[in-house]
Amino acid sequence: MKAAGTGKSPGGRAKKASAAPDVRFVQGNEACVQGALYAGLNFFAGYPITPSTEIAEHLAELLPRKDGVFIQMEDEIGSMCAVCGAALAGAKAMTATSGPGFSLKQEAIGYACMAEIPCVIVNVQRGGPSTGLPTKVAQGDVMQTRWGTHGDHSIVVLTASSVQDIFEITVEGFNISEIYRTPVVLLFDEVVGHMRERLIVPPQGELSVVDRLYTEVKAGVNYHPYLPREDGRLPVSDFGGVHRYNVTGLFHDIFGFPTENPDQVNKLIHHLVDKIENRAHLLARWKEYHLEDAEHIIISYGASARSARHLVEGRRSKGDRIGLLDLQTLWPFPAQLIREKTAHAKNVFVVEMNMGQITTQVKQAVVTPNRVFLVNRMDGMLVTPTDIGTVMRTVEGRGF
Amino acid sequence: MERYRVLMSGSGGQGVITMAIILAEAACIYEGRTAIQSQSYGPEARGGATRSDVIISDGPIFFPKVLQPNCLVALTNEASAKYLPLIRPGGICLYDSDLVQLDMRVDARGQGLPMHRAVLEEFGKVQVFNICVLGALAGLTGAVSLQSLELALKSRFAPAQFEGNRKALLLGAMLAAPLAGASLY
Repeated sequence: MKAAGTGKSPGGRAKKASAAPDVRFVQGNEACVQGALYAGLNFFAGYPITPSTEIAEHLAELLPRKDGVFIQMEDEIGSMCAVCGAALAGAKAMTATSGPGFSLKQEAIGYACMAEIPCVIVNVQRGGPSTGLPTKVAQGDVMQTRWGTHGDHSIVVLTASSVQDIFEITVEGFNISEIYRTPVVLLFDEVVGHMRERLIVPPQGELSVVDRLYTEVKAGVNYHPYLPREDGRLPVSDFGGVHRYNVTGLFHDIFGFPTENPDQVNKLIHHLVDKIENRAHLLARWKEYHLEDAEHIIISYGASARSARHLVEGRRSKGDRIGLLDLQTLWPFPAQLIREKTAHAKNVFVVEMNMGQITTQVKQAVVTPNRVFLVNRMDGMLVTPTDIGTVMRTVEGRGF
Repeated sequence: MERYRVLMSGSGGQGVITMAIILAEAACIYEGRTAIQSQSYGPEARGGATRSDVIISDGPIFFPKVLQPNCLVALTNEASAKYLPLIRPGGICLYDSDLVQLDMRVDARGQGLPMHRAVLEEFGKVQVFNICVLGALAGLTGAVSLQSLELALKSRFAPAQFEGNRKALLLGAMLAAPLAGASLY
């Protein structure tokens, strides 16, 4: 019998008691690698692309040492398909890419949504569309992570604004993918991916790691791969193991076999969307600074949030009532959180490096959408505190 | 709050980014300070303008880029021309006196040292040029101590390579020694 918490990943069993904290000076991309290994990653398939290359580079070195598998595939489509297959067969699997590669992965991401395959996709954003600005920063893929693959579906997208946060959110991403059996996108950007700062790797066991939930159905007994338990979770039997079942991108029944039965189709599409959207409040991760009495609230994420924090701390020290909401969950969109946090704000500024992809969502969430303003920059340069200050002054009617 | 911002610039392949990483690592790991290193480069593997930013501080650092450096390190003419105007008034520009002809029209102290030539004479090759620059930077500005840099080098290189790098570090520090102490922050 395999129960929750006894999965095969090395994450659960490695226990190394070390006295001195494990302090490193590393890039965000390397923190992502460390977080993934902490969470029990044992399979990576990818096709290196700037600015995500370091993830593949480090895993090529580290995974084989941990009896894991690293494959450089022929392209991004193959990489995502390999991740789906490995995850079904029992691995904790991940791939990493940037915009152009992320576009190619969309079909298989939809397959992972439909077949409920737990996996993690890292997208370290660069300037787009197309080949765009390979070595420069942007945050233009926010909507693509939500709607890149076709059809109604739901997906979890997490982001982070520091090297330490990248580590922690990567572990979190693996956990969420296991609990909800969904692809999770870790949406970083060139600045946080390439930037180096202090990382403290917590001892194994300090952060919780969710292992795969295996079925209790014995060999030789009918196993229903798509029959959820009472709490909604789907226990797994490794594909190719003791149970025979079908996995398909078609609408399917509890055996995994294709169906066009309207009732079953309707039930499945609602299940796929509801399992995530109904839990938006549980999936919301964020950091907040000085929000208690803030008249002006900045909402931001990723590298942009660092510029916003710089401005907020500077202005706070001069007595301005200004605060920052640093979003770590982008999808499902934490609308309720934003409505609550901005309830008493005079103005809301959304700082992001795109044409307002999160701003639109914030406008839909708040009570007074006409007090929501976009601060952005899309020239390949990181938005600066001065850029934010300039827009704020203008909105406040103080010129610039 | 003490905060020191260094902008290192040169051409791809000179080791600009490695040098910045070692500087920031020395401050962060071996001096327990807050340090952040970021970079900006083009799609080319060699050649092309390279820039790396390092901020060292006793407090937290949020915005990771350097807009106005206290110290500019320029290893090519292109780099010095591009970044000299950014330098903080009263700042310092460390450049290689053979590789760069400095056109100093800003309120900053220009400090040229024949680092490239010294490395070539001492080692017969230029691989450790960047480490020599790092030694000169530490000697000139005191941004981090030579000891911390040495520890950072030690953790990075195998013993055989470490010795050469350590020599290059000290060579840079010696070149800068006569000028040191003039300006710290």
